Amino acid sequence: MAVRKEYIEDLEKLKEEVLRMGELAKESAKNAITALVQRDTELASKILKENAIIDDLEFDIENRCMKLLALQQPMAVDLRTIGTCMKIITDFDRISDLAGDIAEIVRRIGHEPHVKPLIDIPRMSEIAQGMIADCLKAFSSQDIKILEDFSERDDVIDALFDQVRRELITITIERPRGIANAGHLLFVALHLERIGDHACNIASRIIYMVTGEKRKLG
Amino acid sequence: MSKIETRSLNVYYDGGTVHALKGVNIKIEANKITALIGPSGCGKTTFLRALNRMNELNGVKTRGKVLMDGVDIYSRKVDVIQLRKRIGMVFQQPNPFPMSIFDNVAYGPRIHGLRNRKLERIIEESLKKAALWEEVKDRLEESALKLSGGQQQRLCIARALAVNPEVLLFDEPCSALDPVSTARIEALLRELKNDYTIVIVTHNMQQAARVSDFTAFFLMGELIEFGETMQIFEKPRDKRTEDYITGRFG
Repeated sequence: MAVRKEYIEDLEKLKEEVLRMGELAKESAKNAITALVQRDTELASKILKENAIIDDLEFDIENRCMKLLALQQPMAVDLRTIGTCMKIITDFDRISDLAGDIAEIVRRIGHEPHVKPLIDIPRMSEIAQGMIADCLKAFSSQDIKILEDFSERDDVIDALFDQVRRELITITIERPRGIANAGHLLFVALHLERIGDHACNIASRIIYMVTGEKRKLG
Repeated sequence: MSKIETRSLNVYYDGGTVHALKGVNIKIEANKITALIGPSGCGKTTFLRALNRMNELNGVKTRGKVLMDGVDIYSRKVDVIQLRKRIGMVFQQPNPFPMSIFDNVAYGPRIHGLRNRKLERIIEESLKKAALWEEVKDRLEESALKLSGGQQQRLCIARALAVNPEVLLFDEPCSALDPVSTARIEALLRELKNDYTIVIVTHNMQQAARVSDFTAFFLMGELIEFGETMQIFEKPRDKRTEDYITGRFG
């Protein structure tokens, strides 16, 4: 007879739900930039609707964690896993909220043309998505080697944000009429920079879950 | 600073056929609580009983060294009665003597020749240290058997304290108690560690996590892992420790 069968099944289910939430947050972040690039307000509305699913998942996962803590007295790697789940769902929720904020911006921009071709913003998004995807892989496989370069990746996102910011300031000086769109894009870049930070938080928690060592990334 | 140190401690039962403890090396820190955990039959109680030579009462063979303040307690020069005065023990089931509360605590000091006011002072101090004084000060002449389970266990602790020991050994002191009495004993242990070195055997891992500073995990007579309690319960180094404390052991 397997020892603590139900407990182990509950832990596995918890991890599955966290992965599901992470996947949804990653998709939201990806779709938000697709919607921005294509000025697709329908896709933006869809992101905003899906945010509610992620919010519900956060409560559900938190309840699962509390139940395991209260009833099973988890120890060692199990304790670290539950602690990690409770922390990273907040980051996933924040990522989806930021994706929602970008979607809101897309709806405000509507079909107006952007003040500049979007090159660095999609690059920032691609790097951030890659980081979230690697977090999910590491969470599932316990292979934390793919998280080692997160600080460097975050530095690239920060540098791109700085570049976008400078470029947008120059544009608004040259073409004050584009100030509204430039302001929107600046917020989008800022949100992507924050998504990178959340990915670093998640990676740092996963390293703790696997090794027991606390390490700051980003 | 370590109060007790074992070096290659081996214990054999049944004429040497059962090897109950296999080369245990451990340093038990003074004024700290060290918890011994592990599945039934792993050797933790045998280890505890080796620390005050209680195993000898059962015809057990002990090899290796147990040093207390640097002196081997198994040396022929050591007086076992004096040794057990320095190392008190509290058992799983509260075992008050069938006599009054006063006489229970007075039993040890009387053997060591104490009488009258000095004796009364020691009894009051011991009962206060065991957090029982307020509950029994007006009925010291009543039978100890009238006390509740939790009170009886605190009386046994007071009895152990009355002979002024340096080390206290607890063998599952709360396993027969309800949660409230358990919480009182745990609070008491934390108080007592300021004055005594404490070693506790417990099956209750949450209790070990709550009260102890250091934890030792035993398995089949071997000391598998020893370290600070937080480290053992948060990130054990050995897979066997992890399997045991996460309940995957079977």
